[in-house]
Amino acid sequence: MAKVDKDSLANTFIIAVFLCLVCSIVVSSLSVTLKPIQLLNKELDQKKNILRAAGMLPADQNVSADGRSIEELFAEFTVRAVDLRTGEYVDDIDVMSYDPIRAASDAAISIALTPQEDIATLRRRENVSLVYLKATPSGIDKIVMPVRGYGLWGTLYGYLALDGDLSTIAGLGFYQHKETPGLGGEVDNSKWKASWQGVRLFNDMGQPQVRLVKQRSASSNPGADYEVDALSGATFTTKGVENMVNYWTGDGGFGAYLKRLRSNALAQG
Amino acid sequence: MASQKEVLIDPIFNNNPIALQVLGICSALAVTINMATTLVMCLAVIFVCTASNLAVSLVRNRVPTNIRIIVQMTIISSLVIVVDQVLQAVAYDISKSLSVFVGLIITNCIVMGRAEAFAMQNGPWLSALDGFGNALGYSVILIGVALVREPLGSGTLLGFEIIPTVANGGWYVPNGLLLLAPSAFFIIGLFIWAIRAWKTDQVEEPEYEIAPNGQYKEAI
Repeated sequence: MAKVDKDSLANTFIIAVFLCLVCSIVVSSLSVTLKPIQLLNKELDQKKNILRAAGMLPADQNVSADGRSIEELFAEFTVRAVDLRTGEYVDDIDVMSYDPIRAASDAAISIALTPQEDIATLRRRENVSLVYLKATPSGIDKIVMPVRGYGLWGTLYGYLALDGDLSTIAGLGFYQHKETPGLGGEVDNSKWKASWQGVRLFNDMGQPQVRLVKQRSASSNPGADYEVDALSGATFTTKGVENMVNYWTGDGGFGAYLKRLRSNALAQG
Repeated sequence: MASQKEVLIDPIFNNNPIALQVLGICSALAVTINMATTLVMCLAVIFVCTASNLAVSLVRNRVPTNIRIIVQMTIISSLVIVVDQVLQAVAYDISKSLSVFVGLIITNCIVMGRAEAFAMQNGPWLSALDGFGNALGYSVILIGVALVREPLGSGTLLGFEIIPTVANGGWYVPNGLLLLAPSAFFIIGLFIWAIRAWKTDQVEEPEYEIAPNGQYKEAI
């Protein structure tokens, strides 16, 4: 092999171009081949989170207690877009590609919240959000809504599931948060999440009034149904979760929609 | 010329990249909170370090001296992106919690250091062994740290409960410090102490000695 002056300008350019070419071909071809699998994973992950919030999929497992897969379980749900201002369904939105969180940062399809309204510290709220409905012949069995709210270090993103009566919580789960591990991070503790089951949402005035308390009152007390045990050492996270649930089930969130569904159910009797 | 065995085994205890050279500490703090992410991180570093050393060594005679660092950087970053993309496709759950740190392998001093210090001077086979050995040395410390942090911090190991915590109806009150990154500093410090107590040749000479106080004798 002829001796090449490796430090010459020409060689520097040749090596640089050649290296960039090889590296970019490797990286881009791999990224293109893996893209479909990655998108599938992302979708599956979202379905998993929804099913976990609804209590249909045990944590850390990818099949339900009776051995059904995520796809099978999720097939029971219908996805609908809901206009949060009126509570009506919106049909001209593609629910598969619509992302409520991204919509909240688009000024054309979201509103800015005043500090009084904004108890969950969202700053902006999308006009249209999604709901996941599990229907039975007699009506709605479960309804899952995307929720988010500010905790201590950042926004907690999760899903809130309601039972068919539309005023009892069926489950709550988070898929992304930045709370302190061991303190606020205990929002992921399955024992604590289980304590949300059966909590009542609305008072006699129809307003959500869930409270996270240090000590739950005696079960004879009518307020006890609205109470959830707070996380010790995580006051700000606890406050954030409480505000989040109350915001999204209240008039600022899905309140109008839930009211409409309840009156429909009454009308059908 | 160093023997193959030396190149492979030495970095594990005699010349450990974390314990002796004190490199790659940042990821050692960040990912050791539980064993599963630690193991994946170790595999990722083993792959990147071995492959980058091999690749750098293969091109070492053609690379112009003045752009050699950029060439190494490009090779390492491409390999890291490969790892990140593969993780997102095959282990989505772990990649979600690890993605940031996998990206940071690019700046992991161990990978860069081995490419520049070893692979630029040695043949492909020896370089690959050296990269593998150093990544193993890194992995040994990381797994050690995770072995302390996960059980004492959350009462589990690889997700299985081994110490029942109070939150789950047991007796153990988890040590919250071990869930936070700084705790790894203490554990790595203890490891360095243990290794240097065992291999006393690693103890550094003091940089200076305090001279006896010659003045003001009468004041004492």
